[in-house]
Amino acid sequence: MTDAAKDTKLQHSSAQTELAAPPRSQWRDIWDQFKSHRGALFGSCLFFIIVLGVVVGPFVYWNDATFVPTGRDFIKLRDMRPIYHALWDGSAKMNWAYPLGTDNLGRDTLARLMFGGRVSLAVGLAAMILALLLGSLIGVLAGYFRKLDGLLMRMTDLFLALPLLPMILVAAVLFREALSKAIGPEGGVFVLIVCLIGITSWMPTARIVRGDVLAIKEREFVLAARSIGTKPGNIITRHILPNVMSPIMVSATLGIATAIITESALSFLGFGFPPDFPTWGRLLNDAVDRMTLFPERVVWPGILISLTVLSVNYLGDGLRDALDPRIRGR
Amino acid sequence: MLTFTVRRLILAVPTLLFISLVIFLLLELAPGDPMAQVPLTVPPEVKEKMRLALGLGEPAPIRFWKWLVQFFWIEPQVLVDHVFGTSFSEGDLRVISWQTRSPVMDIVVQRLPQTLSVVGTAYIVAILIALPIGIYSAYRQYSWFDQLGTFVSMVGFSVPPFFSGVLVIVIFSVQLGWFPSIYDTTLKVTDWDSFVKQLQQMVMPVMVLALQITAQLSRFMRASMLDNLNQDYVRTARAKGIGEYTVVMVHVLRNSMIPVVTVIALGIPSIFGGAIITEQVFKVNGIGQLLIGAIQANDLPMVQTLTFIFAVLIVLFNLIADVLYGILDPRIRYD
Repeated sequence: MTDAAKDTKLQHSSAQTELAAPPRSQWRDIWDQFKSHRGALFGSCLFFIIVLGVVVGPFVYWNDATFVPTGRDFIKLRDMRPIYHALWDGSAKMNWAYPLGTDNLGRDTLARLMFGGRVSLAVGLAAMILALLLGSLIGVLAGYFRKLDGLLMRMTDLFLALPLLPMILVAAVLFREALSKAIGPEGGVFVLIVCLIGITSWMPTARIVRGDVLAIKEREFVLAARSIGTKPGNIITRHILPNVMSPIMVSATLGIATAIITESALSFLGFGFPPDFPTWGRLLNDAVDRMTLFPERVVWPGILISLTVLSVNYLGDGLRDALDPRIRGR
Repeated sequence: MLTFTVRRLILAVPTLLFISLVIFLLLELAPGDPMAQVPLTVPPEVKEKMRLALGLGEPAPIRFWKWLVQFFWIEPQVLVDHVFGTSFSEGDLRVISWQTRSPVMDIVVQRLPQTLSVVGTAYIVAILIALPIGIYSAYRQYSWFDQLGTFVSMVGFSVPPFFSGVLVIVIFSVQLGWFPSIYDTTLKVTDWDSFVKQLQQMVMPVMVLALQITAQLSRFMRASMLDNLNQDYVRTARAKGIGEYTVVMVHVLRNSMIPVVTVIALGIPSIFGGAIITEQVFKVNGIGQLLIGAIQANDLPMVQTLTFIFAVLIVLFNLIADVLYGILDPRIRYD
């Protein structure tokens, strides 16, 4: 038998098995591809563990993040080292009730890390959702309505040319007091930071979505929908949006990562949340002054930020491969 | 090519004007009072006079126009005067900082060398590290070196500079005591010892900045090399019997460098933004730290000017990247 004949036979048999196999749903395919990406699997597990620890942790853990001891307790409980410190320094001040030690005011570090994680992740998620909504809206409008395209894309270009970090810093200082008065110190800062990060990070999403909408708009099913008289709004929500969901989801994961980093950077520079309302960046910033004596207070929030961002990045990487039909099945 | 460059330069003017307007409006709309720090015992009419002295008496459009004139017309004159010893700008009012009551640009010029030396060195170091890594990991795709490079660049993406900076301080200056944790800008390089000191204090900030840039650049270089390695012209070159080194380092590399060079140009302004954090960590008194200090002191002219300088850098390097792309790649014709 010649090679060519062998090939055709192979093709036949594979086609037959394909026919014989039960039809597979698209989501099953996506999951299979996602599973094969080891980094993505690792990233999603890690992210899930971090979210679980931060959300459920405070209910299980026995120490309160906001509790500040007074009097003799203050002297007794402050500046405790983490328990693993005993491995190389048996005389260090530590207590099994405080696994990661306490800070200079006697507040429990692990409890504050959990609390800070809640805030950091909440800011990341909220800012990502805001950026996605803005980006998808502008991208879809620019891609679908030709009249708006030029204007909206020039606006996107202008936003990309703005020096974003300096402007976020400036706005965070200038609008802080007004918003704090209106909504309360923590809520005001939360709204402010989420809005600032959201408003300054929608541009990549808008560009990607616009490109995809431009391509999908010309496809036959959209033409069919239009020819039976579907209104533009319905075409967008029913036919176009489901088809651009995968780039939106990928930029969502990457958006969480950048939002968390930006928030931590703001808090680190002292422009974020107030000191009694810790986030990971704020904890890191507070600990920098005494890092020669207590390096662990710097290291833990930093590791948590880095691990969260790393896991989300891997998650996004895997998601991109899994949602792209050209890569999937290879 | 020339017409394209000129057209882009002309287009950059309205962009910059619009950006300066956005920055001005942001500072204008903000509910902050520059007189808030003045003691309450100062009577209101004196406060009003101080306000006028700061130039706040005029309506917003006039102040915006005055700032534009000062920045685009008077400051270049000052520069010309400084270089050629002429006196065009004599008697003109320059952009004055509210903190120090001295011209903003003078302070910026004082701070610029520190930023440039740290950021510039970091960028060059990063390019020198990233390119070989990218080339080799593309040439040996999916080898252990490539996997390691992918992982390291992922870590470089994920570890924020305020953590990696603090971490290297804890390790190398607190535990090991190799490098100083604070950048001493008063140090003058006069002999070998001071040169060594200068090198020692540069190592950590440069490395922290370079880690991030390397992470991005090496990925870009790898992707670009991979695109080119499977092209037909590479097979032709090999078929002609050219050595493997020449094929990769001359034929493939030259073509792969085209997008990478534009990425390098595009990355320069964002590095200045990233340097804000690194300067804060290592206490380098460059323009990033100047900006932070000015924001905290509510020094609006300084903030406005510095933010606008960042914007100018972004627009300028975008333009440079576009022009470079056209020059390097003959397939691209803008006209």
